[in-house]
Amino acid sequence: MSVLIEGLFNGISIGSVLLIAALGLAIVFGLMGVINLAHGELMMLGAYSTFVVQNVFKPWGEPWFSFYIVVAIPIAFMVAAIAGLVLERGVIRFLYGRPLETLLATWGVSLILRQFVRSVNWLLVICVAVFCLLFFAGMTFLSRRSDWERIRNWTLAILLPLSAAIAVATGFLMSKVPVLTKAWFSARNVDVTAPSWLRGGVKVLGFQMPYARLFIIALTIICLVAVYWFLNRSTWGLRIRAVTQNRAMSSCLGIPTAKVDALTFAIGSGLAGVAGCAVSLLGSVGPNTGQNYIVDTFMVVVVGGVGNLFGAIFAGLGIGIVNYLIGSGTLALMFSSIEALKPLVDFLLFFATSSMAKVMVFVLIIGFLQVKPAGLFPQKGRNVEL
Amino acid sequence: MNPKKAIALNKKKQRQKLIEIGIVLGLVFIFAVILPILLPGFRLRLLGRILSLSIVALGIDLIWGYTGLLSLGHGIFFALGGYGLAMHLKLQLPDGQLPEFFTLYGVRELPWFWYPFYSFPVTIMAVIVIPGIVAGLLGYLVFRNRIKGVYFSIITQAALLVFFNFFNGQQKLINGTNGLKTDTETIFGMLASSDLAQKTFYIITVIALVVVYYLCRLLTSGRFGRLLVAIRDDETRVRFSGYDPTGYKVLVFAISGAIAGIAGALYTVQTGIITPKFMEVPFSIEMVIWVAVGGRATLIGAIIGTLLVRLGQTFLSESFPEVWLFFQGALFLIVVTVLPDGIVGWWRDFAWNKLRHILGLQKRIITYPSLEENPEVIQEKAELEEN
Repeated sequence: MSVLIEGLFNGISIGSVLLIAALGLAIVFGLMGVINLAHGELMMLGAYSTFVVQNVFKPWGEPWFSFYIVVAIPIAFMVAAIAGLVLERGVIRFLYGRPLETLLATWGVSLILRQFVRSVNWLLVICVAVFCLLFFAGMTFLSRRSDWERIRNWTLAILLPLSAAIAVATGFLMSKVPVLTKAWFSARNVDVTAPSWLRGGVKVLGFQMPYARLFIIALTIICLVAVYWFLNRSTWGLRIRAVTQNRAMSSCLGIPTAKVDALTFAIGSGLAGVAGCAVSLLGSVGPNTGQNYIVDTFMVVVVGGVGNLFGAIFAGLGIGIVNYLIGSGTLALMFSSIEALKPLVDFLLFFATSSMAKVMVFVLIIGFLQVKPAGLFPQKGRNVEL
Repeated sequence: MNPKKAIALNKKKQRQKLIEIGIVLGLVFIFAVILPILLPGFRLRLLGRILSLSIVALGIDLIWGYTGLLSLGHGIFFALGGYGLAMHLKLQLPDGQLPEFFTLYGVRELPWFWYPFYSFPVTIMAVIVIPGIVAGLLGYLVFRNRIKGVYFSIITQAALLVFFNFFNGQQKLINGTNGLKTDTETIFGMLASSDLAQKTFYIITVIALVVVYYLCRLLTSGRFGRLLVAIRDDETRVRFSGYDPTGYKVLVFAISGAIAGIAGALYTVQTGIITPKFMEVPFSIEMVIWVAVGGRATLIGAIIGTLLVRLGQTFLSESFPEVWLFFQGALFLIVVTVLPDGIVGWWRDFAWNKLRHILGLQKRIITYPSLEENPEVIQEKAELEEN
């Protein structure tokens, strides 16, 4: 019995990580039908901002250091949300209605972000700042002219290479300064130390429940409640739900759909940041952290369907529990006492490693989709494409 | 249409066909005869790898460019083909001996699925058929339920990860992470890494590329090809016109998988090793970008795109390894936002006409080009005016 409870607890704790990561994805996908392959990298940004906050708090000594996580969560949210907002305004906005192209574009962004955290240093930041300043200031200045429409293409063709060249030249001029060229994080993984009150665990029914895991479960519940409250009780939540159900009609009724898109994307990305903060408590964080979660979180969205938040909850917890029960061999252990089920036990033992469990879970998901192709809670209504 | 003009048009078409065959033969001559003489062995091997990658790109163009299915899991079929040929190479041993890695894990008997790979013809069949069957099965399970669009992409990506995990974890069956090395094995009594063998592989790659290109041409022209494009543009309408898109989608996905299998086998022997790394997520997405750079729904674009991107990658990552990822990311963004039809599409729709204007070969057209240039439209216009 206690084996089963332990399995359930570990399954739920894996599931809650999946769920918190998939939550933002599900909202964005539900609203815009956009698959954001950079979601994992937004999580990574959240994890890295947690690392930075931790380092800021370290010199302040003990009573303060214990609570850095309280500050880190909102900061992780903000950093990821701003990154998401830039991504939406800069790229995705131009690609609505072309989901496959969006997918590729976000993959490009994810590659750039991964390399960015590897090689970011003051020099790179200065170069990017110089470029943005020159380019966008020039564009705003020139767009005030009355013949803007006529000269726009020429402006782009001249301003873009010019500001890029100036930025690169600045970079070369300053590349001799060693302080500027030292990488912030480098390609190595960084470690986030959990505050002392999150280390250790509590013993229940003969097995250890780590505080960090409990904290993540609590964080997931808080995020879920907050998102539920936001979507169902606030004005902007109402607008988001309206656009999700019928974009054209909402637009006709005066809902600013472009703003709704931007806001939803920012919130979805912010949730990815919080997820990254949670993930950083579980192990070291590297540029490729996001990649470990991305496919699993997509599976949560596919199984859950996009109609309803509950879909994501059931799917996340379900996948987490099944994954753990198979991967740890708990299921095989449970049946091992019954002689008649020997072939089944052998079969389950074959899948009793964490990577083979994924194989089994995928087979189960494909099987599930044969019964419910649009997930647990499919979108309903007349304009849903069949 | 009056018969005289029809004959003239026919003649023009035939002439175009002849010119095209001439160009293809010329290119084959350059690639298969001249380049092997000019290039050193190391570079030739690189070129052979790139050409075999362009075979996968053709397969992806078939399903993405023409049918509108974005597969992010072509690494599976690519690697399956590679593993097939590598297993055959590993079995070139005296009777009763096992490939040496088996002894490391204490395996005494050859796993059952290795036996068919003793025979060369069966291996060649398997390299094509197994990826095709796996693709067909996966496609059937997905398309049957009308799962499409991004859902399909995600599921293929998950399948890729699953295959990666499977191959990575099974040391006792296929040597897990370490993969199968082919460079030290023999094929028909030749060392697979010897110059002669590599040159043969290279020439086979060129021939395979031409054959696959013509196969794709055959599939995308005519009735079948029109159906594929129709499925891409409006699947619901195809269904209401009385066709069952599922069968066509499964078939074309299976063909594309088989093409990837051929490419994987050729790539493996020219790389010298196959590991589960071939099934990593980034590699499969990269395949898609080759097609996008060259131009979707243009077969020649897939080949050109692969050549350009891979050559660029080789030179950039040799000299500045850090910049390459930035560059690749930017490539994704630029191709998707600025060049949605790829280089070939841009040339066809924009640059070619612009060039002719500048050279003064063509007058500037203010209306749609098809209204003033398409011979069939002009013909109809003339007939209307006659009446």
